[in-house]
Amino acid sequence: MNFSQLVDQLITNTTEHSLWCFAPELAISVTIVMLLIIRLVSLDRFVPNYMFALLGTFAAFGLSLSQGYQFATADESLAGTFFTGLMVYDQFTIFFRVFLLLFLILTITLTVLTGIPDNEDGPDFYTLLLGATLGMMMMSGANHLLMLFLAIEMASVPSYVMVGFLKGRKDSSEAALKYVVYGAGTAGVMLYGISLLSGLLGTAELPEIASRIAILVQGDASAAAVGIFDGTVRAIVMAIMLVMVGLAFKLSLVPFHFWCPDAFEGASAEVGGFLSVASKAGAFALLLRFVLAFSGDLSAPSPLSEVYMYLGLGLGAVGAVTATYGNLTAYAQSNIKRMLAYSTIAHAGYMIMAVSALVVILNAPDDTIDKVAAGGRAIEGLLYYLAVYMFMNLGAFAVVALIRNQTFSEDIKDYNGIASQAPWLCICMLICMFSLIGMPPFGGFFAKLMIFASVYLAGLKVHWFMYVVLVFGGMNTVFSLFYYLRVLKAMFIGERPAEARPVKVGFHPSIYVMTLAAFVLLLGVFPAWTQGLSSRASDVANEVLTPQAQIVQPIGDTVAQDVR
Amino acid sequence: MSPGFLLSAIIFAPTLFALIIGLATNSKNTEAIRFLALGGTVVTFFLTLVLYSQFDSANGAMQMTVVKEWIPNWNIQYKLGVDGISLPLVLLTSFVSMLSMLAAWSITKQVKGFMILFLLLESGMMGVFLSLDFFLFYVFWEVMLLPMYFLIGIWGGPRKEYAAIKFFLYTLFGSILMLIAMLMVYFNSGRSFDLEFLARVGQGLETAKGFAFSPGMQMTAFVLLFIGFAIKLPSFPFHTWLPDAHVEAPTPISMILAGVLLKMGGYGIIRIAFPLCPYGTQWAAWALVALGVFSIIYGAFAALAQTDFKRMVAYSSVSHMGYVLLGLAVWKITEGTTETVGGDYWLMGMNGAMFQMMAHGVSSAGMFFMVGVIYDRVHHRDLNKFGGLMGKMPLYSGIAAGLFFAGLGLPGLCGFIGEVFTVISAWNFSKVMAIISAAGVILTAGYILWALQRVYLGPEYKGPHGEDITPMNNRELLIGGTLLASAIILGIYPRILFDIMAGSTEVLRDAMVAGYDRVASVADAAQASLSK
Repeated sequence: MNFSQLVDQLITNTTEHSLWCFAPELAISVTIVMLLIIRLVSLDRFVPNYMFALLGTFAAFGLSLSQGYQFATADESLAGTFFTGLMVYDQFTIFFRVFLLLFLILTITLTVLTGIPDNEDGPDFYTLLLGATLGMMMMSGANHLLMLFLAIEMASVPSYVMVGFLKGRKDSSEAALKYVVYGAGTAGVMLYGISLLSGLLGTAELPEIASRIAILVQGDASAAAVGIFDGTVRAIVMAIMLVMVGLAFKLSLVPFHFWCPDAFEGASAEVGGFLSVASKAGAFALLLRFVLAFSGDLSAPSPLSEVYMYLGLGLGAVGAVTATYGNLTAYAQSNIKRMLAYSTIAHAGYMIMAVSALVVILNAPDDTIDKVAAGGRAIEGLLYYLAVYMFMNLGAFAVVALIRNQTFSEDIKDYNGIASQAPWLCICMLICMFSLIGMPPFGGFFAKLMIFASVYLAGLKVHWFMYVVLVFGGMNTVFSLFYYLRVLKAMFIGERPAEARPVKVGFHPSIYVMTLAAFVLLLGVFPAWTQGLSSRASDVANEVLTPQAQIVQPIGDTVAQDVR
Repeated sequence: MSPGFLLSAIIFAPTLFALIIGLATNSKNTEAIRFLALGGTVVTFFLTLVLYSQFDSANGAMQMTVVKEWIPNWNIQYKLGVDGISLPLVLLTSFVSMLSMLAAWSITKQVKGFMILFLLLESGMMGVFLSLDFFLFYVFWEVMLLPMYFLIGIWGGPRKEYAAIKFFLYTLFGSILMLIAMLMVYFNSGRSFDLEFLARVGQGLETAKGFAFSPGMQMTAFVLLFIGFAIKLPSFPFHTWLPDAHVEAPTPISMILAGVLLKMGGYGIIRIAFPLCPYGTQWAAWALVALGVFSIIYGAFAALAQTDFKRMVAYSSVSHMGYVLLGLAVWKITEGTTETVGGDYWLMGMNGAMFQMMAHGVSSAGMFFMVGVIYDRVHHRDLNKFGGLMGKMPLYSGIAAGLFFAGLGLPGLCGFIGEVFTVISAWNFSKVMAIISAAGVILTAGYILWALQRVYLGPEYKGPHGEDITPMNNRELLIGGTLLASAIILGIYPRILFDIMAGSTEVLRDAMVAGYDRVASVADAAQASLSK
């Protein structure tokens, strides 16, 4: 194959295949450029900026939905890679695209309702917001270690700026600086892990990792005793853990959580809500991809499966510690955004338990467990949790933002008696918070039950330590009750001081938070939705777990292989 | 009305009224809200009477079952049904709810919110008693917590916030244990939440399909479930939330708490913990009996020591619910075999425990109401500052004395039947335990008579606000009179309840005995082959 053929093939592959797969991201990119141009031509004096941002996001959302529809109606699986194997196009990607774009729409709507940013700053803010989302969408589709790093950075850099977006506020700048320094540090660590891994394996493609590891380990002289004391194995595990450090930073898992409360306190509540959900979702998508990559094909167990299982148990321990730390520390906070930041940490802890269960199940030593079904349940639980979490956490941050606009305060003590002045707002807060605790009949309960179920199953069939994780998860539900109730207690039971600023929330903001609360409630009780979302999630899970999903190799991949 | 619709209507009629109140009324118009809320409870009561009339008490099995898919992916159903164990409690719930709603006329702060939460609470309670799917049961169980927290937290007494969160925390802790048990049975039964199917698995009837709860698992699951329910019951040592919650709650909510909520603990034990884990039940029988007896004595002594009128009544609940636990648990087997001894005594104990729940629902709701009536007038509850009420409020004192005697267990009143049945059945289990529990009756008589003496007898009332003491109004008279009348009716003609219950408790007893035999013999066989 000569060079011109190669280029021709690359062009055909890009135009005929990859661009369609990448269409939602392209739509967002076009919108970003548009947003910058309209300011040049002063169009934003006539049409508010957010209209453009919303329009572009809706277009991308529509494209993602139509891609999802294509998948649902196609006879055979459309899953495959694109951009010469750098990214993967499957239901998992589309699920996260739809999720992130829906969330972006909700966030933009919230910023319109709360008036942060003003029209002057609009293009900057929306560019950053859309840019970060673009990065997160790419995180969910990454199929290559390089892409993994690029996507994370693409999502992180705009986030740093957004945290410091409230110019002139000292703690906002401080928050951004902390976030940047910490983020840069972990990015370096992760890059080191990536270079170790690709150096050892001779590839950076995620689907290749497992088989290369197998070759590497079994080709080793000491193959008889493959264990953690083998040098190569140690290097591999080290590399995997270093990559996970980068992801743990994004997920704000203990001990990489220090940036989170400061960043959330300094940033506006809108940005906090965005970061707490979207960047978590992207990071979880990436973590799942990564975990599945090194666990490898279910038909051929990895020689390192025992090591991986202990890695999974370690993740479970991290989850238990994270949830406990987050919940106990949240109790001491007086600033509600800080409290919600710790609550975010705690929720990341619950969610990482699902990943832990997945790793443990996939690397179970024997066949006592149906790995596809059980692992699918774990992924399903995680996806369901993320979907509910989007509504309940954004709902809580939205209420905080709306109240801040009225009282100029974010201290819990200033929430006293607000229920008497804005009952609907407080009822929505109540629904969101009870769902965050994990109380039925709200969606948060069902999501938590799904995660706990997979953790229990991992404990039952694979390793007893998962029972410990489960008990921690359960106990944390009780711990978390305290601080969520503290806010609700202030709102409903406290007396509104006479000199306090009255809270009057307009019609549109009320409708907005009520919509979010309605989603939280309906995802817990409404059969069509609970069933619909959970079967959607389990389809996605089954597709990523079933090996044949990755066999559709479009033309482009031969290019990559030839080059290699 | 089709059974499915009727059962759903009983659960959701209060919710519907709550919605109407929430959306269609003006919060200034408190009288309209009150009557609407009362209407909701009356309609529900009427619906439960229809249910009673359609119920076939000759049939001990589950009746009027309705099954709808809810979340098929997870095999979660919307399954309702009623039998002789749940029907009395459903009737009690709607009855006590209606009366406490009448008592809620004394609430003047944020009436709209109170009524909405009250009605949601009633929906939750009905759901707990009617659901036959573990998941659904759990959802309703938790749904009650939310309104209860705010009902105590907003309308309660001086330490309301502390009491409300303590109540919430205890129950949530128990719920988490229940959740873990729920996952255990779910994954050991081929992913089912259906309580009837789970009971069959627990009793070793589904081994052909490969599903069984091993003895070890049954013991763990039973302990988890039991703690969850014992918190609600409440049994020593999980009872400490109760005095605080009762004392701080407003009168109507105290009535609901004592009259209905505590019964959920007993109901959960007999509906879920027992049938799902017969082996675990038998294994724990001694501990349960001991806990029950200890609760009886402990609660009675604690009641004796109180100076707060409401706190005394609250501790009397701990003592009385001890009889429930005692009656449920007196399942004796011959040492070293799986043979049940005196199964009819156990049946009698279960019937007695069920009756005790109903009787306590009436008498304790009555006692709390009576305390509330006097508290509304004099604004204190200090037993030592009362006295001489008989002279100023003769009718009130008469009704109160009647209700307190019902609580004491005076023959001819409802409390007697439950106590005597459980104590007699305990004799078969262990003579020592029976004697100790019978001695509890003396202590009960002690604290109740002493309280009556300090509050109602004596020359004249010397405490604060003496000038505010007025006779009962008609509304209060109606509530008190109705409760006293039901206490008398249940006392002299207990068959109206036993006729409903007997069939179902017998079915349960037979299933448990057979189930234990099956599970234990399989376990013994396994042990024997192991030792070879």
